Amino acid sequence: MDYTRILSKKSQIMKPSGIRKFFDIAAGVPDIISLSVGEPDFDTPWLIRRDAIRVLEEGKTAYTSNAGLFPLRKAVSDYFKRTIHNEYNPENEIIITVGGSEAIDIAVRALVNPDDEVIVPQPCFVSYAPIVELTGGVAVTAATYAENEFKLTPEILKPLITPKTKAIILSYPSNPTGAVMRKHELEAIAEILRGTDIIIISDEIYSELTYGEPHVSIAELPGMKERTIVVNGFSKAFAMTGWRLGFCAAPAPISEQILKIHQYAIMCSPTISQHAAVVALNDCVNEVAEMVSEYDMRRRLVVESLNRIGLSCFTPEGAFYVFPSVKKSGLSSQEFCKCLINEKKVAVVPGDAFGECGDGFIRISYAYSIKHLTIAIKRIEEFINEI
Amino acid sequence: MQNKLIKLLRKDARLTNEELGIMLGISAKEIADEIEQLENNGIIKGYTAILDESKLEDTGVTAVIEVKVMPSVKYGYKSVAKIIARFPEVESVRLIAGDYDFSVTVKCPDLNSVGMFVADKISPIEGIVSISTHFIMGRYKELGREFDLDNDIRGVVSP
Repeated sequence: MDYTRILSKKSQIMKPSGIRKFFDIAAGVPDIISLSVGEPDFDTPWLIRRDAIRVLEEGKTAYTSNAGLFPLRKAVSDYFKRTIHNEYNPENEIIITVGGSEAIDIAVRALVNPDDEVIVPQPCFVSYAPIVELTGGVAVTAATYAENEFKLTPEILKPLITPKTKAIILSYPSNPTGAVMRKHELEAIAEILRGTDIIIISDEIYSELTYGEPHVSIAELPGMKERTIVVNGFSKAFAMTGWRLGFCAAPAPISEQILKIHQYAIMCSPTISQHAAVVALNDCVNEVAEMVSEYDMRRRLVVESLNRIGLSCFTPEGAFYVFPSVKKSGLSSQEFCKCLINEKKVAVVPGDAFGECGDGFIRISYAYSIKHLTIAIKRIEEFINEI
Repeated sequence: MQNKLIKLLRKDARLTNEELGIMLGISAKEIADEIEQLENNGIIKGYTAILDESKLEDTGVTAVIEVKVMPSVKYGYKSVAKIIARFPEVESVRLIAGDYDFSVTVKCPDLNSVGMFVADKISPIEGIVSISTHFIMGRYKELGREFDLDNDIRGVVSP
């Protein structure tokens, strides 16, 4: 059978994730030290796990309502009130999703008509552009640069806006750069979007991992709530990646459409995870603070060490990534990462996996113990000195 | 600040003052001063290596001895504890709330010498009313460090 004639064209032209490709290279090398993981190294706090066990013991394993358990939606609503000072009605403005990833997917699908343009600032998480394109839209890259600490600026954004612009996917704190956009920087973007019909999908999955000043959402700026879909989740802040649970909040007319797609595609998010997530939002402030403080110490250590060994990087203020330049080595990101694996058995992710403008950079994750980080950086230092 | 420093040192006392300073956002000199103060105040008593004894060639035998004491005017808990603690075989002496009073860890070259130690050195101490000796058969975690911990279940690379 000639499957290429049968399978969807959109699916076939979709490129596999650059991270996946790199995983295949790295996974084959024995005794590799990895700095490539995009998930916390902490266990899910015990309170949360214990609650999941309770739920299983009590046999509460049936479907929930499509939008998710009401107590959880209520907890999410309280969470947004507390953190981004916006009121979302748990009845019809909040949906519990299968990770932040699903929220992005169904938000895009609820918005995009064929040929609509969605602006995607890069370097960014790998799924945005493929999702837009699968939906029939056009992903328009907004390349950001190290000079601006990979933040989106009005100068970058303005020329990309056309009558076809439907949405923009804003993702700060950023995976892979660790960049954070502070209130005044978001205000400059909001100023451009107010009064337009452009919707912002704001992926704030790393919001809790913001160092120094607390996280600010573009949705909390004046006039922005009505044009923003806020996406967040449990994976990063609560170390719950495998629980597959996220959520989104948007004005009711948008949420109603998103919910229809969620209802047909997913039915409802995992029930056990949903129960336990109520505990996460309501009772785990200290556990999260503890993890954030630990990441913060590692962040300082890694940034200082990388700059010392000649991999220059700005100090990221969010997530758990550092995005140093490897241009001084004269190698491309891909070459640098492959040689580093072959010669020193250290795996980092090439920056161009997150968009072309990420070439010349590498993503280093510090979701590892200090001992692990110290050993890995020492090997990178040897590698650089031997180039 | 002091609490954070202590927490880092408990995990790894071999971090340099420079590394500690970077992580805590103060200078290496300030770290050195803090540590000196902790030592002078008797908060930090010393630094040691965390060993998986089972991997040593000459492992010896470690026992936990539960000691019950009848304190008297002459021999209070503290004086009994001090006598026990002075023996070089003794690694730790802790006062316990519960069925017995002291939990004593001792390390000897072999089973026989543990027996001799208990019979000759512990049991004659005035005030001690009962002794129960337990041998350690395996270790999974010492001083906060899990052994044979190779449980990073995460993939090598993930988005």
